Amino acid sequence: MNILGNVVEHYVLLSTVIFTVGAIGFLVRRNVLTQLMCVELMLNAVNLTLVAFNRRFVGDMNGQVFSFFIIAVAAAEAAVGLAIVLSFYRLKQTVFSDEADQLRH
Amino acid sequence: MTAGNVFFAVCSIAALVGALCTVLAKNPIRGAMGLLLTIVGIAGLFLKLNAQFLAAIQLIVYAGAVVVLFVFVVMLLGPDAGLAKAARDPSARLARALAGGLMAVSAIVTLGLVLRSADKPARFVNVSAQHGSVEAVGQQLFTKTLVPFELTTALLIVAVVGAIAVARSRHQARKEKQSPSPTRRFFHGPLHPRDAGRPLTGEEL
Repeated sequence: MNILGNVVEHYVLLSTVIFTVGAIGFLVRRNVLTQLMCVELMLNAVNLTLVAFNRRFVGDMNGQVFSFFIIAVAAAEAAVGLAIVLSFYRLKQTVFSDEADQLRH
Repeated sequence: MTAGNVFFAVCSIAALVGALCTVLAKNPIRGAMGLLLTIVGIAGLFLKLNAQFLAAIQLIVYAGAVVVLFVFVVMLLGPDAGLAKAARDPSARLARALAGGLMAVSAIVTLGLVLRSADKPARFVNVSAQHGSVEAVGQQLFTKTLVPFELTTALLIVAVVGAIAVARSRHQARKEKQSPSPTRRFFHGPLHPRDAGRPLTGEEL
């Protein structure tokens, strides 16, 4: 059991599971807030993979620097996404993505 | 079983439970708490992977800003944030379930492939304490990736301005134009329309 958490495969497996949970949640749930949280889950899973591979192939900090940029983009995405949710709620009095059909009619 | 193994197990279980909680929770506040648990678990895994700087950034930016933002929005929306209405379109529901199932199948296939290829995994090599420190990451951030780093500042400013522009209520602005506040009426312009444009006489002063 000494190998647990000391090989890159374990991190890739964990990250795959978290990414899948996030993706299924994004597809199945209808609450926009929950969907945004699922996007954050997926970005976190990708960050974990990048950092794990940076630990596996030591030499430079490319993986961690890339992960840093992803965190910055995720923060911006959360701010703009939640602003859109507020605006949508003001328009429709709901936060369910099925109701966002202004472009359909 | 060393302390590192136990730490990995605890952090990964926390991250998994948090992820499931985020997706399954009916109440968005509970979902946000699940997201918080996932983020803390992943920050612990970053520590295990010698990424101390990123673990700190993860806690500050995600746990400190993003989750708080989510909780604030849930509080702003009030009880409406969790109320579920019946799905209007059964075919949309079916499509969602199909897409979710497809994603699950592809993930299981990926997991199987990863497991099959991992019969002789290579352990991590030992690294110096410099790996993942503020100095090492900052060195690369300000030399090799200086241009993307500066562009990130532009992105954040655009995001802040855009978020304010999108979230600001136009309703409020229109109401203000129609009937100014009592303070504004009191301090702005002549008291009577008849007095508009007439210079004040000595007695009135």
